[in-house]
Amino acid sequence: MTTQTILPVNAEGLSQLSKQRQEPTWLTENRLKALELAASLKLPVLEKMRIERWDIQNYGSSKESGSIASLTEVPASIQELVKDQESGSLIIQRNSGVVYTKLAAELSEQGVIFTDLQTAVKEHEELVKTYLHTAVKADEHSVAALHAALWNGGIFLYVPKNVEVKVPLQAVLLTDDEEATFAPHILIIADTNSTVTYVDNYVSGDSSKAVTHNGAVEIFAKSGAKVRYATIHQMGTNVTDLSYRRAIIDNDASMEWIVGEMNSGDTMSDTHTILKGNGSTSDSKIIAVGSGSQKLNYTTRANHFGKSSESQMITRAVMREEAQAIINGITKIEHGATKSDGQQTEKVLMLSPKARGDANPILLIDEDDVKAGHAASVGQVNQEQIYYLMSRGISREVAESLIIYGFLAPVVSQIPLEGLQKQLQAVIEGKLGQ
Amino acid sequence: MATHFTIEGLKAEIEGKEILKGINLEMKGGEIHAIMGPNGTGKSTLASALMGHPKYEVTEGSVTLNGEDVLDMAVDERARAGLFLAMQYPSEITGVTNSDFLRSAINARREEGQEISLIRFIRQLETKMKELDMNPEFAHRYLNEGFSGGEKKRNEILQMMMIEPNIVVLDEIDSGLDIDALKIVASGVNAMRSEDRGFLIITHYQRLLNYVKPDFVHVMMQGRIVKSGGPELAERLEAEGYDWVKEELGIEDETVGQEA
Repeated sequence: MTTQTILPVNAEGLSQLSKQRQEPTWLTENRLKALELAASLKLPVLEKMRIERWDIQNYGSSKESGSIASLTEVPASIQELVKDQESGSLIIQRNSGVVYTKLAAELSEQGVIFTDLQTAVKEHEELVKTYLHTAVKADEHSVAALHAALWNGGIFLYVPKNVEVKVPLQAVLLTDDEEATFAPHILIIADTNSTVTYVDNYVSGDSSKAVTHNGAVEIFAKSGAKVRYATIHQMGTNVTDLSYRRAIIDNDASMEWIVGEMNSGDTMSDTHTILKGNGSTSDSKIIAVGSGSQKLNYTTRANHFGKSSESQMITRAVMREEAQAIINGITKIEHGATKSDGQQTEKVLMLSPKARGDANPILLIDEDDVKAGHAASVGQVNQEQIYYLMSRGISREVAESLIIYGFLAPVVSQIPLEGLQKQLQAVIEGKLGQ
Repeated sequence: MATHFTIEGLKAEIEGKEILKGINLEMKGGEIHAIMGPNGTGKSTLASALMGHPKYEVTEGSVTLNGEDVLDMAVDERARAGLFLAMQYPSEITGVTNSDFLRSAINARREEGQEISLIRFIRQLETKMKELDMNPEFAHRYLNEGFSGGEKKRNEILQMMMIEPNIVVLDEIDSGLDIDALKIVASGVNAMRSEDRGFLIITHYQRLLNYVKPDFVHVMMQGRIVKSGGPELAERLEAEGYDWVKEELGIEDETVGQEA
């Protein structure tokens, strides 16, 4: 079996597209170089899963979507998500491009930049050029390379020094045209001592034709900055989701990931914090529900370089029907990262005999003076618990759903944004069909 | 209709091993029955078999509550029909708060659209928790998680008070309780005594029965009720132990289903 990547576009086409978008030369060259890499590099190697067998060649071609002047015009599939967001900071990407951008006036006055990445490339060229593809690098494997070649639309968020953004900035990323390339790139830079929360939703339309989402998120938290990134992926069965998320954080910076893996299609996600700075902290919470015949591969990583850096990673996954999940947690503490502390927990609850969950906690420690710990569990719904609840008159169905929500609740309830917590709860309910 | 609970010739086994060898018992509303006996004689099996624990298989006999066939019902149906079992080892369930659980249990007995209002529920819950001298914080704690043995038992009694069942089976509710907690649990039970509610108290100590006076006392050995009497029987057992019963009945090993 060949693992050769079939390129969805040739160099000439890509170069032309880049020119059409009036991208600076360095970017055109970046893309072309990445395309070459995509042809020569191998697919990423996933723990206990063969991505070669996934349907990941459906990139379509770049297509423009008409821009949206008012939120009343958004497609039905995302109406609920953008309700009452007229005054808030919001970007909507539809297929290959961003169709709506709004930044609250007071943030703009404070120097916050929130725009699509295509625009940022032109208007904030130096900033983008300095950071783009420096966390998730194009030469890692063919998926990252293809992303660097093809990325479109995208989000650029810059928060200046000492600016504290209190209200979350939001984005909706929608794929509802299976002929269109959907490869948004999220780039967030939080300057020294700034604070920001960004929340996005990945959604798909009704189509049943296969689409590949190849996305990357790069976050840079400068000294003392606090970044909270929350994302809910709820794309349909036709979408294969490949998402690399990576944050590089400096001294005393903190990174918080909140990830809702609620897709209905095959999903590979890799959520990774590089704790470069001393005293930096990272916290990731992944909540996942798998159903149907989904193949799922979720990885969280914390890579400690800074002294006294701390990481916490929690994944809770519920697998129903024939869903298969491989859940990896990798804590790596480099030599010299003394007094660091890395903790991780992965828990999988399986609701059917055909569901499969596999939790792999991995600790790689190259330093003596550290703390590290892991816990993992994989299990079925406990029949003793069902019996106990039923003995109080609660039906089996309600008992099971109480236990399932209970399994996720300790993580969901820690989500510091009430609106997001409710939304996630609703998505989970939908996904569990209850 | 007056509560009427009948157990006839009940036999049950676990993993192919027969533990209950024909239990007969009749209870009416207003009555308190105590089942006493040493460990390993089948007392808790009786409680679990009545509630319908999936590990126990009933092989013979019948159980009826107000004429309805209990054994034909699923566990939740038994509960809704009026049966309640305060368990010896209640499960701990992470992520489900005590109050969410109790509200689900109450609403399971109500029609859709007739659910108990949150305010009424909270008021009831607070009152009952106070009666049981429970920290109000326990309402928001995850169900039994991290509760001490005594707290779990109190929580079982709280559930009984909130659900108001017709037939209450208390399985070793007194084990692991200090004397103060025992008194509180007993007063909770006494507060629930009524003409249409029957109690079956399973215990191997007399001490709970000092606070909750039984009308009938049954001694269980080898998976059967071997002796029945009034409250004086419990007192004699407390004073003299079980040996005289064994002697009287010619029983050498009172246990059932235990490996030699």
